Amino acid sequence: MISQLSWKVGGQQGEGIESTGEIFAAAMNHLGYYLYGYRHFSSRIKGGHTNNKIRVSTRPVRSLQDDLDILVAFDQETIDVNFDELHDDGIVIADAKFKPVIPEGSNATLYAVPFTEIARELGSSLMKNMVAIGASGAILDLDAKEYYTIVSQTFGRKGDKVVENNMKAIEKGAAFVQSQSQGQPSKLKLMPADGRKRMFLIGNDAISLGLLAGGCRFMAAYPITPASEIMEFMIKHLPDYGGTVIQTEDEMAAATMAIGSNYAGVRAVTASAGPGLSLMMESIGLAGMTETPLVVIDTQRGGPSTGLPTKQEQSDLMAMIYGTHGEIPKIVIAPSTVEEGFYDAVEALNLAEEYQCPVILLSDLQLSLGKQTIDTLDYDQIEIRRGDLNLEPDLPELKKGEYFKRYKITDSGISPRLVPGTKNGIFHVTGVEHDETGKPSEKAPNRKKQMEKRLRKLQDLPNKFPSPVALNLQHKNPDLLFVGYVSTRGAIEETIERLEQEGLKVNHAQIRLIHPFPTEEVKPLIEEAKQVIVVEHNATAQLANIIKMNAGYGDKISSILKYDGTPFLPGEIYEKCMQEVVVYGNG
Amino acid sequence: MATVKDFRNNVKPNWCPGCGDFSVQASIQRACASLGLEPDDLALISGIGCSGRISGYVNAYGFHGTHGRVLPIAQGVKMANKDLTVIAAGGDGDGLAIGMGHTIHAIRRNIDITYIIMDNQIYGLTKGQTSPRSESGFVTKSTPEGSIEPSVNLMEMALSSGATFVAQSFSSDIKDLTSIIEQGVKHKGFSLINVFSPCVTYNKVNTYDWFKENLVKLSSIEDYDPSDRGMAMKTLMEHDSLVTGLIYQDTVRKSYQEMVKGYKEEPLKDAELNMDREKFNELVQQFI
Ligand SMILES: Cc1ncc(C[n+]2csc(CCOP(=O)(O)OP(=O)(O)O)c2C)c(N)n1
Ligand code: SF4
Ligand SMILES: [Mg+2]
Repeated sequence: MISQLSWKVGGQQGEGIESTGEIFAAAMNHLGYYLYGYRHFSSRIKGGHTNNKIRVSTRPVRSLQDDLDILVAFDQETIDVNFDELHDDGIVIADAKFKPVIPEGSNATLYAVPFTEIARELGSSLMKNMVAIGASGAILDLDAKEYYTIVSQTFGRKGDKVVENNMKAIEKGAAFVQSQSQGQPSKLKLMPADGRKRMFLIGNDAISLGLLAGGCRFMAAYPITPASEIMEFMIKHLPDYGGTVIQTEDEMAAATMAIGSNYAGVRAVTASAGPGLSLMMESIGLAGMTETPLVVIDTQRGGPSTGLPTKQEQSDLMAMIYGTHGEIPKIVIAPSTVEEGFYDAVEALNLAEEYQCPVILLSDLQLSLGKQTIDTLDYDQIEIRRGDLNLEPDLPELKKGEYFKRYKITDSGISPRLVPGTKNGIFHVTGVEHDETGKPSEKAPNRKKQMEKRLRKLQDLPNKFPSPVALNLQHKNPDLLFVGYVSTRGAIEETIERLEQEGLKVNHAQIRLIHPFPTEEVKPLIEEAKQVIVVEHNATAQLANIIKMNAGYGDKISSILKYDGTPFLPGEIYEKCMQEVVVYGNG
Repeated sequence: MATVKDFRNNVKPNWCPGCGDFSVQASIQRACASLGLEPDDLALISGIGCSGRISGYVNAYGFHGTHGRVLPIAQGVKMANKDLTVIAAGGDGDGLAIGMGHTIHAIRRNIDITYIIMDNQIYGLTKGQTSPRSESGFVTKSTPEGSIEPSVNLMEMALSSGATFVAQSFSSDIKDLTSIIEQGVKHKGFSLINVFSPCVTYNKVNTYDWFKENLVKLSSIEDYDPSDRGMAMKTLMEHDSLVTGLIYQDTVRKSYQEMVKGYKEEPLKDAELNMDREKFNELVQQFI
């Protein structure tokens, strides 16, 4: 029996490939397996090859598997495109209708199952997906009955007859494979799982849940891949909390509307990807200059320009740190797991109000859209902190011509905050340099004081931020330290397991607070390690450069980079490590 | 109750003497006093330009934003706190060039704010370039041969974009302007007010005298009915949009917030931020 396997379904976009994956995954989740799913898709709605790869395991997984055990194909293109990935003696289950062929001389087994024909006989060719699922189950030696709960949940609304037919489709698919395999025991029988059904969600779902639980009550956004799910989630749920989403005319409107709303006391956010973030830069500067809280989520995708809109990349890093003109206080945080997506969304809302500045929550396509099981999200960790905001102050009447000192110079740099509508609290807000009351002032000493005050705010953040780096430090003086950020975590973790089996001592640091950079935390880790490899999805080693700039040690740090749009696989990092980077031996 | 004086903040505007914007400032102050508002309840959001400075010259919660973004900021404020009176103000370049997209969509959206365009048909702050409101043939620094593009027909555009309140006024007629602003603030929905506000420094064509000669008061047109959109459109066409007064008002359509799902009487800023455990578990359960 095996502890994990990798399954993929592929076909033309719009043909129910996604739902086939969903139902298969739901059934495996029901049995208590851990799952990690990743979709390959393009910006077309109908047509074009799409596939959904799902890893099933008896222990938690946060990355794709290097190869593939089972490929379910609804067309020949799926076989042609994905065959290379298939394990030497892997299995292809394909619709007999298109007379599938696999490359000559391969050790793989092909099951040509009449998906469409069986489905038609049962009344609708739509059910060919269920036939495929049944066939997959037979390969895993699963009893077709195991699908019943999921099928009745999925189709129950449509009546018993529909449920019954879909179950029949599953059973017939399974029976067909069983008749072909002539009673041979399955090589791909999974060890039993713990039977506990888990949350199965994409990173964007976790981020959205965090926003909602963290008190976000207004969102303004413009649709874009891979951020739109956040907006869609909020549209569905915010009204239950009195809140609203406005789909704006563009991202400049989205960011400034969220600024207006935050200024007036509502926790408001926007979410987008690279192109939208580029349009928001001036507005983010406004939030920085006016010390208005603002949370912006950037789900990075392949750039530049429209780039690879549906593919993985991490190339917005520098732009997120330095993108605005002028110098503002800005916080950039990067969750490295789905769970952290949730907690960091809550934290982003807190930090924005505590530090009265823009906070960028930096995700990437793989984290945002990768779908995985997680054990739990902890309600008790949710905490709402609003910093120096005073919603019901008892203020003395202002003298004629006097304003409240909204930008008061303080030691921490953080000033008392009121919202418009507060009695006796009038102050001015402007993106022009201003004095303590917000009135424009270009005087040199005032400029200096206000600039220093704003930048002083974040000085202590790296010390205060809970776990600025997600660490796995098994060793003192390791041979190697891996550094990454956002979704590379899973692939790095698995690479480390393999390297350790070879006798190498490897530590791991996933940077979570990107800006201001946690130099004090990172520097000793680098110092200790013989060699440092920064793994990231871009062509110019942006994170490595940020690390070198802040912590030094340029000659120790090398990079493993990937920018072809596909996520790192553990084997890939391992190979590159062996070939190019690691100076071997423990000497 | 607050008086006009209470809306003054003793900041000396840096506008050129004679600039039309002074009267816009005065009219906002008068309108707010006569509406019985308190300075604490007014949020005055402005754009960037000479006009954009206005939020610093009225005693109110002022927000001087970025060029062209006055409307999204103002809409965000109103969404957060429906009890505030929100007035947005900015130049013709601010609202009809760099911010044009927001103007049309704010009109369509119909959030209950008042938007005053301080229209001098030129870029004042950047020292005299052509604006989307400049007439074709208008000679400026950026159009030495005269502007080739026709001007934006703002009033017709507003009508055809679904505006529920469209008015135009002239800054030397403070009485009319004050009354128009009052009506705009009272209107439940997005109120668009274009104010001819001459730039005495860079626009030597569209001067006070020019407007006095060319503007027609709608009150002088017999049987003019501002609830009749067809009549409004026809009248604008007949007078090349050089009319002042309330051009069109739709009192039936509800404002955006009144149509939003989950709309509450209490302002959003007072909404509970904590989610109770039961609700949280329910949400989590949806993913299992
Ligand atoms: C993004 C951006 N582009 C350009 C400018 C420079 N700028 C400031 S005000 C302005 C135009 C002013 O014209 P208008 O909006 O009509 O206001 P007025 O000064 O005439 O009142 C320009 C181009 C800017 N501040 N920001
Ligand atoms: S330049 Fe024109 S618009 Fe600007 S303050 Fe002077 S007169 Fe007014
Ligand atoms: Mg102008």
